[in-house]
Amino acid sequence: MPNRREPTTDNPPGWSNKLLAWLAHPDTLEETAGDMMELYQYRLKQLGKRKADRLYVIDAFKLLRPFARSKKKHVSGNPFSLVMIQNYFKIARRNLLKNKGYSAINISGLAVGMAVALLIGLWVFDELSFNKNHAHYDKIAQVMQSQSFAGTIQSGNGVPKQLERELRNKYGSHFKYIALTGGGGEHLLSVGEKKIMKIGRYMSPEIVEMLSLKMLKGTRSGLADMNSVLLSESAAKATFGDTDPMDKILKIDNKNAVRVTGVYADLPANSSFAGLAFIAPWKLLERDLPEWLGWGNNWFDMYVQIADHATMDQVSATIAKSKLENINQGEAKYEPLIFLHPMSKWNLYSEFKNGVNTGGRISVVWLFGITGLFVLMLACINFMNLNTARSEKRAKEIGVRKAVGSAKIQLAMQFLGESLMVVAIAFLLSLLIVVLSLPAFNQLVNKQIELPFTQPYFWLACIAFVVITGIVAGSYPALYLSSFKPIAALKGVSGKLSSGLLAGSPRKVLVVLQFTVSVTLIIGTIIVYRQVQHAKNRPIGYSRQQLLTSPIKSDEIIKHYSAFRNDLINTGVVEEVTATDSPITNTYVTNSGFSWKGKNPAMTDEFVTLRITHEFGKTVGWKIKEGRDFSKEFATDSLGFVLNEAAVKYMGLKNPIGEMIQWSDNESYKVIGVVRDLVTQSPYEPAKQTIFFLNYKRLNTVNIKIRPSASASAAVARIQSVFKKYDPENLFQYAFADQEYARKFSDEERVAGLTTLFAALAIAISCLGLFGLASFVAEQRTKEIGIRKVLGASVAGLWALLSREFLVLVLISCTIAGPIAWYLMNDWLEKYTYRTEISWWIFAVSALGAVLVTLLTVSFQAIKAALLNPVRSLRSE
Amino acid sequence: MKRTFLGEFEELVLLTVAVLEEDAYGVSVTQELEKKTGRIVGFSTVHTTLQRLEEKGYLSSRMGGATAERGGRRKRYFIVTAFGRKALREAKQVREDLWSALSPAALQLMGS
Repeated sequence: MPNRREPTTDNPPGWSNKLLAWLAHPDTLEETAGDMMELYQYRLKQLGKRKADRLYVIDAFKLLRPFARSKKKHVSGNPFSLVMIQNYFKIARRNLLKNKGYSAINISGLAVGMAVALLIGLWVFDELSFNKNHAHYDKIAQVMQSQSFAGTIQSGNGVPKQLERELRNKYGSHFKYIALTGGGGEHLLSVGEKKIMKIGRYMSPEIVEMLSLKMLKGTRSGLADMNSVLLSESAAKATFGDTDPMDKILKIDNKNAVRVTGVYADLPANSSFAGLAFIAPWKLLERDLPEWLGWGNNWFDMYVQIADHATMDQVSATIAKSKLENINQGEAKYEPLIFLHPMSKWNLYSEFKNGVNTGGRISVVWLFGITGLFVLMLACINFMNLNTARSEKRAKEIGVRKAVGSAKIQLAMQFLGESLMVVAIAFLLSLLIVVLSLPAFNQLVNKQIELPFTQPYFWLACIAFVVITGIVAGSYPALYLSSFKPIAALKGVSGKLSSGLLAGSPRKVLVVLQFTVSVTLIIGTIIVYRQVQHAKNRPIGYSRQQLLTSPIKSDEIIKHYSAFRNDLINTGVVEEVTATDSPITNTYVTNSGFSWKGKNPAMTDEFVTLRITHEFGKTVGWKIKEGRDFSKEFATDSLGFVLNEAAVKYMGLKNPIGEMIQWSDNESYKVIGVVRDLVTQSPYEPAKQTIFFLNYKRLNTVNIKIRPSASASAAVARIQSVFKKYDPENLFQYAFADQEYARKFSDEERVAGLTTLFAALAIAISCLGLFGLASFVAEQRTKEIGIRKVLGASVAGLWALLSREFLVLVLISCTIAGPIAWYLMNDWLEKYTYRTEISWWIFAVSALGAVLVTLLTVSFQAIKAALLNPVRSLRSE
Repeated sequence: MKRTFLGEFEELVLLTVAVLEEDAYGVSVTQELEKKTGRIVGFSTVHTTLQRLEEKGYLSSRMGGATAERGGRRKRYFIVTAFGRKALREAKQVREDLWSALSPAALQLMGS
């Protein structure tokens, strides 16, 4: 019997016991601990407490075998034994089938999340692999130029053709190939009577080697002869059908007869040269170029492949001054710097601000990549929440397993395996979703993505994807479930299954996280839409309805312009006609070298210039603010300017009407009118300073205002016949200005479409999870609700009781999401000069929407539970 | 097979196990040794030696005999194997040979 007076001091120091249990040899722990204890009692009597303690501690330390591992086989057996695995599968299958509702929520939520992640993964992969099909991907670059205009540096693709010779002669050792290109865009290809429009370009012969084109017919040296052409496979088929195109004669734009010397495989959609249907020799274009083209005419695109030993940065730095050294002072004030833009950056890093590469599409790639991960995360959270919430259902199983000797790790493996199984099923489902939705998705993102089923790396990636998702979704439930205390689990004591007071709180945190992401996405979507709408509603200063534009392809039209115009008016469907030198929806011509009274001599001016005919104002319906429109009554108007408001501001004129403006030291123009700003470029940017003036020679676009009463299709047919009369050779091409203008929004609308999709899916997945949780809570509280009802609780009261908890979580999410969304969207809007405000009501509406959706989701379960007959719910058991 | 020699303490422990017959486990061996030698013997040393002797094949063991004073833990009982008995005999033989080789004068000096 222990001594009653000092009952607790008869024990050896507790810490040494713990130490022993932890670090002694596991195989002999039982008998050593027993021996130590027995001996301690013996020594306590014999030698007294102090000495016994000391000896005990010394012995304990001497018995530590910190690195010893048990050599005995585990009693619980191999966790991977076949029988156990079979058992796991059986239990998992039974569980899935037993709770069909939960399984459906779990699997469908996961499948949707995974499908989104897959689609975005494919999209990101497509963006990242842009141009990688070219063998010399890392050695190819475009030669670009930065110039300084009035303090800001602008970078562009255009370079003068003289630069090619300069690079070849002075810097030749740095390059393997240099190719000058020009005349891109659509061209008319004709073979006999057959005429089609195809995108093609004139390029130096070296481009073929540089781009490592795959030649199906002919050789890569096919462009050596000036009158030759290489066709893409699809173009060859379109022009020559199934007959052999080799050595056949083809006419480009009705003037250049060329012989087909080769056919190359179509370039893939994710190449910067995608859709290039033919390549004609650069020399053919050069022959027709005007003599006066100099270093100042940055008309051409140049591509280079640097030498094998060279690096991009080196070469780029070396050629920086290659233009500056060859130009006069007048040109030199723009400080042109030549640099290389590597092919690896063409797609994702194409924007320049003040001469510095500032990114570009890469931000969209990041945006969508992260959003995709978030959507997947939401689905994983659903999985975790439902599994842990329903854990009590499985508590007995876990208790029994533990009682008969399952180790914690074994149970964790079981549950992890179970989630892997569910994820694998969900993945197969998501693959199906992807296959079905890929065409629609391709349309949405304007791509041609295919599932690379034949590539082994795709399957490896899929397996990795399943395993990672399974581990992310399954690890928390696995650890949570396997940590149940067997006694509590078997007794069925809820709330004590796992240690700690806040067993349910991780679930709440996860729900808050889900709704934060969803609400952020909703706010983002609203703001993106508002921005697009804002820009669309912007007053553009002219009327684009029923305005048809068509390129002038024949000099005959310009020569007989007034007869041509009269014929058009006489069709009866046309209200007015004007010709310009660039399309009104995309005024790309700029000029400089203007001077006026009070101009700062150091200012390097740049204006958008638009050459127009007298009827321009009437055709597009611009609004004169001061002065007057061009008029045929004043012959002097041929030396007159009409400015827009931006130009007046840019020039700093107080009374613009009557001011004289000198252009390039030769002619002096008089300002006769000022018009309200016309949005002719980006709808997100302020209108550029623009000069309108008369010119009947350098015209290349006809703008036709169709009578409002006439139907567009009938009018087009009539207009076409007039075109045919003056230009029988070429195909009639046209576009409607309002459609062209609408195309300026396509990028933003695409972003808007995708964010809407993501936001909708995010909220759907979150609600699916919430629905599951709500039904679980309602089920768990059946008895409580029954008792409350018996005691007189109303249905409304019960509904409030069951919904409140979730509502609070969603409201917390809204308060977190607000600032996050504001910060992100403010950042996004920064890049637009003409932008919408982020007003408070957007947040209010999003929060309200989230609350409403939550209420709807939760209420279904809550009301169902509240309406249940208490007799039935209380009688069970 | 290479013959394993018994160390001095090993021999003592092995002999004690043989003396205790059916009741030899960590504590009883330690207590017996303490009684016979009259000084404190470290339990860890005894335990380690018992383990080593079992590894060498001189002892075999079984588990059993849990008591309350041990917190319900079982004891590991040791008995000497045939190989162990042979080793003990050999050790004794070596000693006896040496003793018998002592000259009577030397014996007398030792006081026997």
